[in-house]
Amino acid sequence: MYNAGKVIIGILIFLGLFTYPIWSPIVLGKAGPPPQLEKPDPAKGKVCVEATDYMRSTHMSLLNNWRDWVVRDGNRIYTGLEGKKYNMSLQNTCLDCHKSREKFCDRCHNYVNVSPRCWECHIEPEYKQQQAVAWRSK
Amino acid sequence: MDKTRRDFLKIAGLSALGLGAKPAADAFAQSAQGPKIAPIPEALKAKRWAMVVNLKKFKESGPDALQACVDACHTIHNVPKFDNPKDEVKWIWTESLAHALPNEEHHFLEEFVKEQMKGLPILVLCNHCDNPPCVRVCPTQATFRRLDGVVMMDYHRCIGCRYCMAGCPFGARSLNWRDPRPFIKTKLNREYPTRTRGVVEKCNFCDERLAKGLKPACVEACKNKEIIFGDLEDPKSEVRELLRANFAVRRKPQLGTQPQVYYIV
Repeated sequence: MYNAGKVIIGILIFLGLFTYPIWSPIVLGKAGPPPQLEKPDPAKGKVCVEATDYMRSTHMSLLNNWRDWVVRDGNRIYTGLEGKKYNMSLQNTCLDCHKSREKFCDRCHNYVNVSPRCWECHIEPEYKQQQAVAWRSK
Repeated sequence: MDKTRRDFLKIAGLSALGLGAKPAADAFAQSAQGPKIAPIPEALKAKRWAMVVNLKKFKESGPDALQACVDACHTIHNVPKFDNPKDEVKWIWTESLAHALPNEEHHFLEEFVKEQMKGLPILVLCNHCDNPPCVRVCPTQATFRRLDGVVMMDYHRCIGCRYCMAGCPFGARSLNWRDPRPFIKTKLNREYPTRTRGVVEKCNFCDERLAKGLKPACVEACKNKEIIFGDLEDPKSEVRELLRANFAVRRKPQLGTQPQVYYIV
């Protein structure tokens, strides 16, 4: 290989920079602050539809399943943790406890850089009808 | 230790039984806990939902009754109102006799139809056809026919290609050319979503109300029983009684889509 020294050093520098997000917290000892999500009112109950870990990792496919079960099959009742029954609805059930899209959904979604398009149709509690503009930029 | 063919078959048979035991046991365990998903117990159920629009009664009630039906539907479903007719979005609306029932227009039409119904606007909506052309042409299966006959839209899947609008002979479908939210002039119903730019929308026979055990909004808005909603497959249902006792027509039946909204003339 020509210029082996330079090429290999170049590759090593590239790999170092490329994996920076992985090794930096270990070496430098400090990760960026995780998003702080607003917890729902404790009066609404302490458990979500499923366990917290499951919701954190899998809420998107749970919501996709809910959509298909409701729209396609007409099943609207979901039996969650502790046998509690829920109406499968993002707008009427999820947002009934998680009152703020900005303080709950968006904080995590912004942190992991995803922008799901739920709010183009589903109405978030903070949405004010008078504020509607020609094309919502969010 | 020699195995005969007979022994081998015995063991193979027992093994197959053993393999089948686990799913069977799981199924029993599942049914003991109750189903994970289920319909709402109060939901209205039917083999074939259909609607009967009584034009004679609408004639008695006057134009306010028609408008009440339209407003009830459009308010509940957050249907936008655009000033430009090219952008129009509608779920239920009125047409003249010649446009709503073009094949019924002829010189010797029954006296009631010809004289009294002249100029009477006729309420029209999605016909929830038994053989819906919109469903056949939809490339993403965003629109589909449920087993109880309701032709539904899954807005998540709609790509806005408008094949269904070309397929529908009743003009029951509207595309959101623009973001509809700023054009919702009524008070927003926060229990029901809006639509977004680039999806096609239409009447859903109030699927979300049927699931809760409520009749469709337009039926409820009719104080004088101008619209009757019920199960067409049930011979004792109110819709069947009405169809037995009255002469009823449908819109463009010759096209073979089998519309399920009937008009008593």
